[in-house]
Amino acid sequence: MNNQQLLELKKTACKVRMQIIEGVFNAKSGHPGGSLSSADMITYLYFKEMNVDPQNPRDPKRDRFVLSKGHCAPALYGALALKGYFSVDEIKSLRHIGAMLQGHPDMKHTPGIDMSSGSLGQGISAACGMALAAKYDGSDYRVYTMLGDGECEEGQVWEAAMFASHYKLDNLCVVVDFNGLQIDGHVNDVAGLEPIDKKFESFGFEIIKIDGNDFAQIESAFEKAKTVKGKPTVIIAATVKGKGVSYMENQVGWHGKAPNAGEYKTAMEELQTQLKALEA
Amino acid sequence: MAETKKIATRESFGLALCELAKDHPEIVVLDADLAAATKTEIFKKAYPDRFFDCGIAEGNMIGVAAGLAACGKVPFAASFAMFATGRAYEQIRNSVGYPHLNVKIAGSHAGITVGEDGATHQCCEDLALMRTIPGMVVLNPADHYEMTEAVKAAYAYNGPVYIRLGRLAIETFNDPDNYHFEIGKGITLKEGNDVTVIATGLVVNEALKAVKALEENGVNARLINMHTIKPIDKDIIIKAAKETGRIITVEEHNVIGGLGEAVCAVTAENCPVPVNKIGVEDIYGHSGPALGLLEEFGLDAKGLEKKITELLK
Repeated sequence: MNNQQLLELKKTACKVRMQIIEGVFNAKSGHPGGSLSSADMITYLYFKEMNVDPQNPRDPKRDRFVLSKGHCAPALYGALALKGYFSVDEIKSLRHIGAMLQGHPDMKHTPGIDMSSGSLGQGISAACGMALAAKYDGSDYRVYTMLGDGECEEGQVWEAAMFASHYKLDNLCVVVDFNGLQIDGHVNDVAGLEPIDKKFESFGFEIIKIDGNDFAQIESAFEKAKTVKGKPTVIIAATVKGKGVSYMENQVGWHGKAPNAGEYKTAMEELQTQLKALEA
Repeated sequence: MAETKKIATRESFGLALCELAKDHPEIVVLDADLAAATKTEIFKKAYPDRFFDCGIAEGNMIGVAAGLAACGKVPFAASFAMFATGRAYEQIRNSVGYPHLNVKIAGSHAGITVGEDGATHQCCEDLALMRTIPGMVVLNPADHYEMTEAVKAAYAYNGPVYIRLGRLAIETFNDPDNYHFEIGKGITLKEGNDVTVIATGLVVNEALKAVKALEENGVNARLINMHTIKPIDKDIIIKAAKETGRIITVEEHNVIGGLGEAVCAVTAENCPVPVNKIGVEDIYGHSGPALGLLEEFGLDAKGLEKKITELLK
């Protein structure tokens, strides 16, 4: 990735963050913290990594993405809208009655959503099924899924991890958005997950640990994952919850709360400043 | 005429799946370490590359099935009814039902006729659980031929289907030369105007014997085989209510949430008549031989004849 590409990704991620704030503010509810922490990786997936075409969202040969941490839909919606799957105007009606954009991803009605998700622990299983289907068909598309760190407390995540390893799903790349916070507090205070790398390793995964808000590291992780054969890969990405909005960063209270008008203005001004700096 | 051989509907299921798979390469089968019991092993032997054991992890199995279906496969996922519908209820609801994915779920060893394994494995709640999921088709075939046709119909239907399978080998009573299965269409096995008995699944044949015995005692009962619990055949129920004025339902399932309440919902809204529900009376089963349990719970032919006679007094 050259400097120009890096800059473009950073700008796009900043715009995705604006859409997150726009959506959650207008919805008067939602999950900005984890959406902001994952925004860089989701941006990278849709604008660099995945073989997808917004004009042909059901292409059988496309790469798939399952947002297992479905409550961070605002980040995914932002990326999909900016990519051209649907109008950016849809973001303002997020969570409204009659709107296309549901509180959690809905594959039936939203172009670009590969799997309905939101009940934690379930998306990774569906991603396993998609990766298995690719193997069965002899198709070379890849399947990506993103888990929250708190989500890894769900037993189903580890059922799926066993399955992925048993069936040697090397076309499956799992990302853990490790922002360290869940609703009830610090992950390590609620139900400690560490050592999460050793856990996945013992389940048969290739382990890649990165800073999930650093595009160079994100790129090297996804590139490396593609070279792994005979086993699935997990990218354990340390991120900052609320990344990009100063007062939300590392604050557990912003897991699932919408900003008020004043907070919205502050957040958008901060993101505008960041975008202007990138465009300068 | 129908043969009198005995075969469990789980075995009929395995055989039907195997036959259907010949022409449909998109059919794949998942199991949760119970292939020998659910009889998906018949498929596994014929198509080892299309069979995926998920281990004892039913929640993940349903999610994997959803992912396969999202990529154009037609997965049949099997386990015991207890674990397929109970353990994995929420996975079915959110990963299969909500996106209306083309996943077929088979729940074997349903009801008390599991026998010796006892209450933990005797699922009498599966029909109730599956009925509550929007868009879910719920099938409960009564014998070998019906199961064979039900599997074909489940495949032909584009969307989630639950199929209930039994462990116990039972007589086949349907005539394969004159049998037609259609999702949501009950079958009148015997005409009659004194009362209508509506039965489903394994106990349909017991009910058939019971109404024949009643006939000899001057009670002319109609018998309907309700192989589809959802969508329920409203027309056949309303017609029976109007013409016979009284309905008795028979199921190897809790009287709460199953066939009986599905029938009551139709009569209450369309043609209120008295409905009595014969089934498992909101209790757990226990260990014992299957036939002994069927007798104890009053769901064998003799027990049904006695109960129906009492109800009609």
